[in-house]
Amino acid sequence: MVTGKGGTGKTTVAAAFALALAEEGRRTLLVEVEGRQGIAQLFETEQLPYEERRIAVGPGGGEVYALAMDPEQALYDYLQMFYKLGSAGRVLRRVGAVDFATTIAPGLRDVLLTGKACEAVRRRTRSGEFRYDAVIMDAPPTGRITRFLGVNDEVAGLARVGPVHNQAQAVMRVIKSPETAVHLVTLLEEMPVQETADGIGELRRAGLPVGSVLVNMVSTARSGLLPPDFDPARYTAGAGRTALAKAFATAGLGGARRGGKADRLVEPLLREALEHTARVATEAERRAEVADFGLDTKEFEMLTEGVDLAGLYTLAERLREQGVPR
Amino acid sequence: MTLKQPPVLEMDPLIDDPETRIVVCCGSGGVGKTTSAAALGVRAAERGRKVVVLTIDPARRLAQSMGLTELDNTPRRVAGIDESLGGELHAMMLDMKRTFDEIVEAHADPERARAILDNPFYQSLSAGFAGTQEYMAMEKLGQLRGQEVWDLIVVDTPPSRSALDFLDAPNRLGSFLDGRLIRVLSAPARAGGRAGMRFVNLGMSGLSAVTGVLGKVLGTGLLKDVQTFAGAMDSMFGGFRQRAEATYRLLQAPGTAFVVVAAPERDALREAAYFVERLAADRMPLAGLVLNRVHGSGADGLGAERALAAAELLQEPADTSRAPADSGASGTEPDPPRTGGPAGKDGPTRTADTTRTADQERTADQERTADTTRTDPAVVEADAAGLLRLHAERMRVIARERRARDRFTALHPQVPVAEVPALPGDVHDLTGLREVGECLADQSPADPPPSDRSSSAAPTRPPTR
Repeated sequence: MVTGKGGTGKTTVAAAFALALAEEGRRTLLVEVEGRQGIAQLFETEQLPYEERRIAVGPGGGEVYALAMDPEQALYDYLQMFYKLGSAGRVLRRVGAVDFATTIAPGLRDVLLTGKACEAVRRRTRSGEFRYDAVIMDAPPTGRITRFLGVNDEVAGLARVGPVHNQAQAVMRVIKSPETAVHLVTLLEEMPVQETADGIGELRRAGLPVGSVLVNMVSTARSGLLPPDFDPARYTAGAGRTALAKAFATAGLGGARRGGKADRLVEPLLREALEHTARVATEAERRAEVADFGLDTKEFEMLTEGVDLAGLYTLAERLREQGVPR
Repeated sequence: MTLKQPPVLEMDPLIDDPETRIVVCCGSGGVGKTTSAAALGVRAAERGRKVVVLTIDPARRLAQSMGLTELDNTPRRVAGIDESLGGELHAMMLDMKRTFDEIVEAHADPERARAILDNPFYQSLSAGFAGTQEYMAMEKLGQLRGQEVWDLIVVDTPPSRSALDFLDAPNRLGSFLDGRLIRVLSAPARAGGRAGMRFVNLGMSGLSAVTGVLGKVLGTGLLKDVQTFAGAMDSMFGGFRQRAEATYRLLQAPGTAFVVVAAPERDALREAAYFVERLAADRMPLAGLVLNRVHGSGADGLGAERALAAAELLQEPADTSRAPADSGASGTEPDPPRTGGPAGKDGPTRTADTTRTADQERTADQERTADTTRTDPAVVEADAAGLLRLHAERMRVIARERRARDRFTALHPQVPVAEVPALPGDVHDLTGLREVGECLADQSPADPPPSDRSSSAAPTRPPTR
């Protein structure tokens, strides 16, 4: 399970995760539950149907399958699988029950989504091996994850007996087993780190297994661009400023005189450096807070060009270098 | 570079206009929606309007900055706002369950209300599963608007998985509570099925098929809870759908302005484009797009490629390419402490050193406090190269953000855009919100060339070359 605050790159990290695991020669299933087709866009394929489909191959012969979840289809699956009620779906649809079940009913939608994922986890091939070595879910955001995963407990409480009760309990057993881990994606920014801390607390209180913290879009990697003892104060005025303007002029960037092209670079470039060092400093503070969680932590650098397919493989490689969490 | 610029989203005229009564901020998660909503609220209040900001789930410190310490459903006046123009800012956090409970209490007699509030099915529904949050936000918006107390209501929408949930929620929940299913469900609780037949027109066998299926799937215990709930709700929620539709119409009214918020990234802008299309399809009035955390540069005339080339030129003496020619003198230069003197330096720098004497006298005071490495050409050039590399990175980020924005603009050239520059650090106080509001309103091209300012302030000096 991969969760994270909105905008932290949850889907990207989940995809890199699936890829990193597949590179070890295994078969992974990447499940999307939010209906955004983010996986298809990341892997640069056409829209994914409600069907497990191979979307990438790792170097070691591993495979990544993807499934874009559709609650309505999952409901029909569910009715068919557990109650052999293929045609009843139509009747339910006619009275609006399907719409109800997949959009409004207390947690039914989440029950269907987690149920389907657990089914994939437990599925075996004819030879008795697990169909997938790992199932990675691009789960709802941190603010909703505990409720999402805990929904089966709630439903088991609501439906005190009967098939829903049993199914909900079975799903909960998988989710709470040591084979499941909830990984949290964060940025080295105040709000995402705060939300991650809250999320970890909530998951623990609900007895759900917390995995690793995956820190995305770290810009500290760029700190190597400036000399380690760089001090902007040297250049803000006087001779330092002049010398810097001259250095720019030496590099062919225009005149170093006051108001010359090279001189005009001094202020904006120093401002950029100040912003950068400030950012590196706050990242260091946030990193310390993340370290205080006491959890396994991985970092991914910010990709200047944004995440494309090549970037995705880069992130998967970074994850492999740091050791893929189990 | 010379791609057609989108029209500018003029924020002040929008929030100043007394006709503007509702501003809805929507967008995908993590793009600064709540911050934008709060900043607009602060700005509108300080420009003289009586504003209430309805937030759904603000970051803790942002909430504290507006004096919101707990979830409660009443707007509270925000302290620290400049009210000299007659404006006020109030803020509230939505308590979903409380809003739902209030509706029940307002529309049912106490006994029936209790029956509903105690129903386990209701408790789960109201505690916030998919859809309810959106619905309750719209319900609260309708209430606030109905009070006629506020000049302007700024709404921060829930971090929905998609725009669809947000716009569809009122109708969906409305049609459920007012619809056929609930009548089927509540039928046994009322007239033993005959009422259900009347509404649903399924015939007796169809009806029992539905309840049969539901019973089998849900288990009879849960089905009974649902049926009791539906029965209790049925009488009082006859007008539920009407309320939902009224809110929907309110959103379409001319006094409403939707502001789509995004970050200058591909994914966020893709969602934003989707929002724009969806709002148009539902004939919702779109004011424009707010693009948060846009990077800029005061030196954007210097592109990434050229900056990198210049950095390489400056670093050459420290590189192996030049070392053999200098007979090892520069061999020590790559060391981190950078003790290298002018020995390995080339002509122009040394000439510059000698011509600086006049300047050095003028700034002797500042010089005295500095260490000796300050004007060491090797250090300066390494620093200059570092600055240029950093700038090249910045320019790449800017180029990527522009591509993302241009893509959006190409699809929706008519949508006005307001850009907010990336501010260092998070916004978590009124000063920060004011600053964001300032940036939102001031859409003049950022960073005027500093040359005019600095040349007039600086002492005149002879050209150094």
